[in-house]
Amino acid sequence: MRSSTESVAFDTKAREKAADTFGMWVFIGSEAMLFGAILLVFLIARISYGTAFAAASQRLSLPLGTLNTAVLLTSSFAMVLAHTFTASRRWRPAVWALICTSLLGIVFLFVKAVEYGREFKEGLAPVLGAPFSFTGPDPTHAEFFFALYFAMTSLHALHLICGVAVIAGMLLLWPGTTEASRTHRVQAIGLYWHFVDIVWVFLFPVLYLINR
Amino acid sequence: MSFGIPFTPPEASSIAGSVDMLFYTLLAFTAALGIFLASLVVFYAIKYRAGSKAERTGERARSLPLEVAWTVASLLIAFVIFGWGAALFLRREHPPLDALEIAGLGKQWMWEFRHPGGQREINELHVPVGKTVIVSLASQDVIHSFFVPAFRVKQDAVPGRTTHVWFIADEPGRYHLFCAQYCGTQHSEMGGWVTAMPPEDYAAWLGNQGKGDTLAADGEKLFRALGCSGCHEKSSKVRAPDLAGIFGRPVALENQQTVVADERYLRDSILEPKKEIAAGYDPVMPSFDGIVDEGEMQMLLAYLKSLSPRAATRNEATQ
Amino acid sequence: MSTEALRPSSYLGEGAGPAAWLLTTDHKRVAWLYLMSLTAFFFLGGAFAVLMRVELATPAGDLVSDDTYNRLFSLHGIIMVWFFLVPSIPATLGNFLLPLMIGARDLAFPRLNLASWYVFILGSAFALASVLAGGVDTGWTFYTPLSTLYANGFVSMAALGVFIVGFSTIMTGINFIVTIHTLRAPGLTWFRLPIFVWTMYATALVMVLATPVLAASLILIVLERVFGIGIFNPALGGDPLLFQHLFWFYSHPAVYIMILPGMGVVSEVLPCFSRRPLFGYKAVALSSMAIAVFGFLVWGHHMFVSGQSAYAGVLFSFLSFCVAIPSAIKVFNWSLTLRKGEITFETPMLYALFFLALFTFGGLAGLFLAALAIDVHVHDTYFVVAHFHYIMVGGMVTAYMAGLHFWWPKLTGRMYSETWGRIAATVTFLGFNLTFFPQFVLGFIGMPRRYHTYPPEFQFWHVLSSAGAVVLAFGYLMPLFYLGWSMFRGPRAPANPWGATGLEWQTASPPPPHNFDTMPSVSRPAYDYAMKGLQHETFSPHKDEA
Repeated sequence: MRSSTESVAFDTKAREKAADTFGMWVFIGSEAMLFGAILLVFLIARISYGTAFAAASQRLSLPLGTLNTAVLLTSSFAMVLAHTFTASRRWRPAVWALICTSLLGIVFLFVKAVEYGREFKEGLAPVLGAPFSFTGPDPTHAEFFFALYFAMTSLHALHLICGVAVIAGMLLLWPGTTEASRTHRVQAIGLYWHFVDIVWVFLFPVLYLINR
Repeated sequence: MSFGIPFTPPEASSIAGSVDMLFYTLLAFTAALGIFLASLVVFYAIKYRAGSKAERTGERARSLPLEVAWTVASLLIAFVIFGWGAALFLRREHPPLDALEIAGLGKQWMWEFRHPGGQREINELHVPVGKTVIVSLASQDVIHSFFVPAFRVKQDAVPGRTTHVWFIADEPGRYHLFCAQYCGTQHSEMGGWVTAMPPEDYAAWLGNQGKGDTLAADGEKLFRALGCSGCHEKSSKVRAPDLAGIFGRPVALENQQTVVADERYLRDSILEPKKEIAAGYDPVMPSFDGIVDEGEMQMLLAYLKSLSPRAATRNEATQ
Repeated sequence: MSTEALRPSSYLGEGAGPAAWLLTTDHKRVAWLYLMSLTAFFFLGGAFAVLMRVELATPAGDLVSDDTYNRLFSLHGIIMVWFFLVPSIPATLGNFLLPLMIGARDLAFPRLNLASWYVFILGSAFALASVLAGGVDTGWTFYTPLSTLYANGFVSMAALGVFIVGFSTIMTGINFIVTIHTLRAPGLTWFRLPIFVWTMYATALVMVLATPVLAASLILIVLERVFGIGIFNPALGGDPLLFQHLFWFYSHPAVYIMILPGMGVVSEVLPCFSRRPLFGYKAVALSSMAIAVFGFLVWGHHMFVSGQSAYAGVLFSFLSFCVAIPSAIKVFNWSLTLRKGEITFETPMLYALFFLALFTFGGLAGLFLAALAIDVHVHDTYFVVAHFHYIMVGGMVTAYMAGLHFWWPKLTGRMYSETWGRIAATVTFLGFNLTFFPQFVLGFIGMPRRYHTYPPEFQFWHVLSSAGAVVLAFGYLMPLFYLGWSMFRGPRAPANPWGATGLEWQTASPPPPHNFDTMPSVSRPAYDYAMKGLQHETFSPHKDEA
């Protein structure tokens, strides 16, 4: 009974593709509520404890943050390329673009890990009972800033890890996938990747820049 | 009361009557509407049961005027109930002047009260009839809730902030005091009795409780013991704000903002002194977080309030 | 005879054995997987409730210790809310019926659907592990700082379980939204959809948009307990009230996840047994959407005495009265649907009428809670407990039973004993009222909730309530037997035993694997009971039993 569509529910490939994209958008709406809730918590805290947050924000590494922003934006560019290549059925460059995308994702995670390590060493990570030492006004709320910083960036990193894993899985299955499936899988994962990127575009100014 | 079975809670405070008035009015309204709808459904169910000879012509699947009518009617009734409930509720914000302020501290699993004269009691609260009593609530650990059904009052005690509840008991007697917010293992044991007594009995009772120091006096001792007075006294070498009359007064901050020195401000200034620095002073005060517990905090606040006698009775400033 | 031979085998006969069920992507089989797991959770949560009621028969804490009691009500709440009520109708009846009702072969993402069940099972494994390891004692509300700093139960494990189940909820929500948008049969416009589909759509929207906020707050709890990140800890500059805001921002809309599907079921059953179209179809459809939207704006009404600003309280009270209006409209419409009908009282109809009574009653009690001054008195008392049980159990569970009996012939292809069905419905209704009506009185006279022991003057009402719980338990156990019997021995059901409208009745009972032998199209509005040829085949019940 299996037709050429992946889901038995659809008669035509085109309708299925539209449904996949729509489903991805609904999922992104859901994800936006997740990050939105935590971002809202951060903004309320930022209004209440402005000076402490400003001082704490100074201690984040702006060069590493900027580097990561550049890396992630470039990865999104690579994803767009993958998109264009699949649309014009140029499979080999598409695969390379996808590899590029996920490698840049890994670079981002690596830089983030270096940053975390630095913060642990400087005693700025109120995590796992690590000692927290902060000189400056209002260390209590500076600690709150770092608590939120770790919560938000680790949640974002988790999403990025999922994205890299899904691209890797897709590439592993690539040879056995029909051309039409390739196109709409790249489209769906592309939407997700751009969303994760956009989340960072919100996090970066809010955490690194707004308080300077 | 009938056969010893309670149907209603005792009415023992100045607001109990007006809350019950709303309750019973709403009860009458909902009962009438409920009975009307139930009768309607039962009537239809019998009249239009399958095989009955009822007239069925002229059936309709919608009627715009009817639908608009019941929507508008529901809205209007809802707004009336809302307004009534809200008007009664907002009185919580405005206790009458000249109140007796008692400090209440919730901790797992007991209520501890301190009267202005320093008398301390646990899971018992004695109050005079006919006098406004403000209980300022704090919590040592988790969220608790001060609940006296006979007074129709309830207020959560939240760690890290001070909340208030006020009432005027108008009927002498012993009434249940509960913790209404689930607070751990012995939540159901956290409570006791509120005893409302005529003012002269209350005065006599206070007299029999032994001569403890007043809350404010304890606060003053603490103020010295912790070394606060070393900087905040006028003769001190370190320049720190003079605290006389501080409570209820606007304070200019270094960041060009102005805040009213309410309980929240004083508490934060003790625990997180660097958060809001008064204009013109250096941020040199150490934090007393972890040094001052909630009970001691209440003493210090009582002392600071006693330094501005006029403002202390104006409780609105604390909200 | 010949049609029998030509008809492909039903979805039930398509393959037996565990693998054929556990690896199925057929929405009808996934619905059964959910139905089985949810039934187990319902009786587990119910057992906790019965133990609590037995303990509360006397004022002293003589049956179980205080710690045990606290675990009982916490687990009762956690299991009933997240492992029964939230998925109940959507994941079982919704899963089974949604594609049938809109004339589709399956949900848009069949594999995602199966995956959602596995995620549900994974989440349940965490929840059950926390039960077996010693339980949770935070209440289902997980209020901080009790849950983060003081509770000694297995909070992180249970929170993780709820978090994971949230994903299965989101998956179901996405699947439903996409299915309803893209897979409706030709001619099935939005305003021809059965109300059940409308309510599934509204529910799915709330699932997709509210569940992530719950996920966020549970993540923060686990981060605080496991990693020491103090978002809600006042000593670290956090705020315990923040948790309540986040929690209720999810959990109030979740209340509508738990009642909208019930409204959908009743909107199918009442017209069918009245042989009349639903009164005010558009108002009922749009009020479901209104409820879904307004539901996001009223979370603060759980916090009137929490120390939030009094003016916020006034605003939330106002919005809460507004959200009552769409529900009131529905009640009026359901009542008028009966007018000039040809009413019969089979089991689903009895349940639906009981729903109407209990939901109306619980809804009216909600007016008391939305009125600020009264809420101050009855907040956190048995009044609140009674109110939400009237909605969640009297409303949702009764509707669930109505739906289960209504579509049982479609699910299994068999009929059940009508006599036992009516007895069970009546016993449930009586037992329910005996259990929960006394709790309104208890709340008004000041009995706080979550109390292991209580002052002796409250005992009379507690005894009534405990007695009712036993009756109620019987009411819920009975269907287990006669429906179980029907599943294997019941008389064969025709395709459309109730003479109902709706596409799901136009295919065989039980339906073939891909639902329809010829894909249907629609040219009439929903609930067109004036249509010729529709017959109520059970006017003389049990004709097959003879």
